[in-house]
Amino acid sequence: MGMTVVEKILARAAGREAVKAGDVLEPKVDLAMSHENAALVINQFEAIHEGTGIEVRPWDPSKIAIIFDHRVPAESPKTATNQKKIRGFVAKHGIAKFHDIRGDVGGICHQVLPEYGYVRPGFVVVGTDSHTTSHGALGAFSFGVGATEMASAWTLGYAVNIEVPPTIKVVVNGEFPPMVGPKDLILHLIGVLTAQGANFRVLEYHGETIRKMSTSGRLAVCNMSVEAGATSGIVPADAETLRYLREEAGVTDAISPVTPDADAVYERVVEIDVSALSPQIACPHTVDNVKPIDQVAGKRIHQIVIGSCTNGRLDDLAVAAGILKGHKVAEGTRMLVFPASGRIFGQALDRGYIHEFMRAGAVVMNSGCGPCLGVHEGALGDDEVALSTTNRNFKGRMGNPKSEVYLCSPAVAAASAITGVITDPRKA
Amino acid sequence: MPNVIITLEADISTDDIYPGRYMATVLPTETPQYCFANRTDLNEKLKSGAFPKGSVIVADQNFGCGSSREQAASALKGYDLTIVARSMSRIFLQNAINLGLNVVLCPGIEAEEGHELAFEAGKVTNVTTGRTFETVRLPEARQAIIDAGGLIPYTRKRLLQTAR
Repeated sequence: MGMTVVEKILARAAGREAVKAGDVLEPKVDLAMSHENAALVINQFEAIHEGTGIEVRPWDPSKIAIIFDHRVPAESPKTATNQKKIRGFVAKHGIAKFHDIRGDVGGICHQVLPEYGYVRPGFVVVGTDSHTTSHGALGAFSFGVGATEMASAWTLGYAVNIEVPPTIKVVVNGEFPPMVGPKDLILHLIGVLTAQGANFRVLEYHGETIRKMSTSGRLAVCNMSVEAGATSGIVPADAETLRYLREEAGVTDAISPVTPDADAVYERVVEIDVSALSPQIACPHTVDNVKPIDQVAGKRIHQIVIGSCTNGRLDDLAVAAGILKGHKVAEGTRMLVFPASGRIFGQALDRGYIHEFMRAGAVVMNSGCGPCLGVHEGALGDDEVALSTTNRNFKGRMGNPKSEVYLCSPAVAAASAITGVITDPRKA
Repeated sequence: MPNVIITLEADISTDDIYPGRYMATVLPTETPQYCFANRTDLNEKLKSGAFPKGSVIVADQNFGCGSSREQAASALKGYDLTIVARSMSRIFLQNAINLGLNVVLCPGIEAEEGHELAFEAGKVTNVTTGRTFETVRLPEARQAIIDAGGLIPYTRKRLLQTAR
């Protein structure tokens, strides 16, 4: 019986010939990623060692990555002190894959990891962040865990008691119409599957649309796979994966792609044709409340947000800057842009995108999670409405339970910034 | 007998249970004060000690969806609440098990605020209505973590075995 790509990855990581959905195993971890919540991971890590007489030391510091992104620069003394504590841990144990608050090598974890070649096809990646699903874009089995589970992985070097998840095969065909892209695809898919339709399952992506999609687009699709509840989204590695890792991430050592067997067993197959897809909007307050844009066009918007681990990449900024060129952000609407990493920020500067945003009246912010999770930037006022390229629209997500968040693509966000209402970029 | 203190709709996110603006607070001794901070009434009642240990929250499907923030589980654990939900999101369920928060998956549960529930192996009885509902058994591998008293003691045991 054939195996899915995740079954193959898990079999290798657990030292088994073959595995199937439902098997319980303990896969070796190739990369363990945390952000500021490493402060809690450290506490739990120390608690595990308490009373054992065993030295408190991670199993393999070279496989730990820590990227500051959630609250950068620190919004409070508490966060700053947590960050300071983490820096001490990083220095003590020689954790090299550490990205501090910096304009050059800093950024959002789900951009920094691919950008620096930390994630490879066939890897088992755990991250203390639900959007760790992103890294499936590079053919890795990558899933989110809590801080205690991460502390356990730091201790043992493997993930304990993992049940091999069943896989849903998603086959995407057709060519995107103009102004429609990967974000619209994933929003549409979440609407089809529902917010828990892939809970405890893997979404494995196939089809000509995925094959032709850039790694940037695949990252957006895998990033939001968790919004359908998926343990992981994954695009089996192909020529584009190798191109990205060689040309953009600068990887020079051997890469071993893992692909599913032709007779792999899937729980179900979902087929999508994007050739007639329109721009999609996730309406408040659940990500699966997805509507085609014509049903919500004209909705008044107070804050436009472009950025995040979902859509803060160079191609996203290029689309938005192209639409904004020669226009101004509407009166009564404010626009925030935050590139996904320092490297992308620099590239966007070189190409003039940042200048276009600022000339249009947008506020360009440092790379980080920023307004997405309502911690310290871009909070909404009572009864205000945001239109955002981020990944969640839960009640209170942007810091205020009395506000609303709509989710969209960069093209829709940019077109709507000019008018101040939800606007179809095909008609702008 | 445990009392249902509130019933919640489907898709309760961890942003709802523990808003992002309190994420810098990580200690389990400090997180409970921000439990459901956006629901002022519920938050105040929890903080005032109005609910005895073992009180129950009954939720519809997909409880705990969204962020992996463990504070959502530790905040609920701080009040020794039991969460009965028709289904739960994977990461939240694992965090709950890892921290020893009492969670019960009960796809058919029907209960209202003030109802009394009784728990037995494999079922929940709504004492107020007299109806009984089957619960979903956790996979053995997860049950082993619960039996060990949470993931910290479980991993400690494994660490000691490895070191030997």
